[in-house]
Amino acid sequence: MSLTKNQVIRFSDLNVKFVNEVVEYGAKIFGKDAANTVRYCVQCGTCTASCPAGRRTSFRTRQIIRDTQLGFKEGALTNDDLWACTTCYTCQERCPRGVKTTDIIRTLRNLAVREGHIIPEHKKVAGYLIRTGHAVPIDEKTKKLRVKLGLSKIPPTTHKFAESLGDFQKLVKKLGFDQLVGFKEGTR
Amino acid sequence: MKQYVFFLGCIMPNRYPGIESATRRTLKEFGVELLDMDGASCCPAPGVFGSFDLKTWAVLAARNLCIAEELGRDITLCCNGCYATLQEANHLLKTNKELLEEVNKQLASIDKEFKGKINVRHVMEIFHGDIGLESISKSIKRPLKGINIAVHDGCHFLKPREVREHGSSERPKILDELVEATGAKSVEYKDKMMCCGAGGAVRSGHLDTSLDMTREKLANMIAVNADSVVSPCAFCHLQFDRGQAEIKSHWNIEFNLPVLFYTQLLGLAMGLDAESLGLRNQSVPPDKILKKLSSK
Repeated sequence: MSLTKNQVIRFSDLNVKFVNEVVEYGAKIFGKDAANTVRYCVQCGTCTASCPAGRRTSFRTRQIIRDTQLGFKEGALTNDDLWACTTCYTCQERCPRGVKTTDIIRTLRNLAVREGHIIPEHKKVAGYLIRTGHAVPIDEKTKKLRVKLGLSKIPPTTHKFAESLGDFQKLVKKLGFDQLVGFKEGTR
Repeated sequence: MKQYVFFLGCIMPNRYPGIESATRRTLKEFGVELLDMDGASCCPAPGVFGSFDLKTWAVLAARNLCIAEELGRDITLCCNGCYATLQEANHLLKTNKELLEEVNKQLASIDKEFKGKINVRHVMEIFHGDIGLESISKSIKRPLKGINIAVHDGCHFLKPREVREHGSSERPKILDELVEATGAKSVEYKDKMMCCGAGGAVRSGHLDTSLDMTREKLANMIAVNADSVVSPCAFCHLQFDRGQAEIKSHWNIEFNLPVLFYTQLLGLAMGLDAESLGLRNQSVPPDKILKKLSSK
């Protein structure tokens, strides 16, 4: 049986340094030992078998890890299924090789966002955070209910203290997070 | 009197203030004092903002941790997402020197510095560890006998175990014991440890996938005649409560299962009324459970 063209993987198609990139990026947050575990996967599939998101989508944790190990950078970063993971940690807890699967998925998502792969719905949530300091800002209905329950109308958070919100936004700008998520001031 | 700083987060104060009211009222009964964390922000959410940029996530979490350090008290909180972020960031900053240096370099611009002086404790740890099951049992004025509770621990209360250090994440006991201290029964159900579907930016990005997980969990709870689902997490709480309305409009499936945060359940058992616990202001009315209680 001869192989069709798309069944052949050519060495030249692989970005063999990608796994190093993933380890290096993850190490800055989770430490070198944790980030390096991506190399330990033996493709047993316990992660995929344990995954509640994988039961209802085409998201396959094992495949994402394999793509990373082999250097299918595009496959790992552009697949929308990467965003079906709820970060429940079941795979990470059950991995017999100690691979920090969930930490690696968050690392891969960071790299994907850096390459511009972020959906409008996620940009919107980031916008709430940048404008108010909260992913879920308060609304009028809740303000009324707070008073009825004997709580302060406005919670003592960035909602109440303008100076604190200023500090928060200063960090966001300094880190370039607003640029990263395509935040435009004055938009809703 | 034991004091904690109360990290509010987003969902509890901004959508489900009943959880905040119930938590403040019940902790007060046990002599636990909660101090305000003036100027705190979103934790920021681990699965959303941690997925966009982990460095930003760590710096903004550290800013919140610094507020608690300045007040010199440990943090307590009512959301597994907030817990995931603040407990994990606190842990990472205490163990990863490279991260600590980078984070403090950023924080210097707002005159803050992470020093690693406090701990982050889930409010369930306060009830289970500080107050204890015996004191809780003694405080019960209206035992919830005959009430079946589907306990939902949520993922980030217990996982990753290595960081949380609360023991088993496959067969945990903490929340079940707390529920049973009220006189209610914690019932077994299929896939009890499964995720509610809200986390990891899935609710905001892929609502159908998110709600399908919620639907599956709710069906498993209804299958064993649960009177209510009880969680220790404001985000799981929102997912189950508001999620039931969304599931109804998406797929025309109705569960009508009241959703209670643990302190709302405890509040009922301690004799507090449903109004002061905010139970009448949620998507699913509490009537099913209240009716069963009043028939006792």
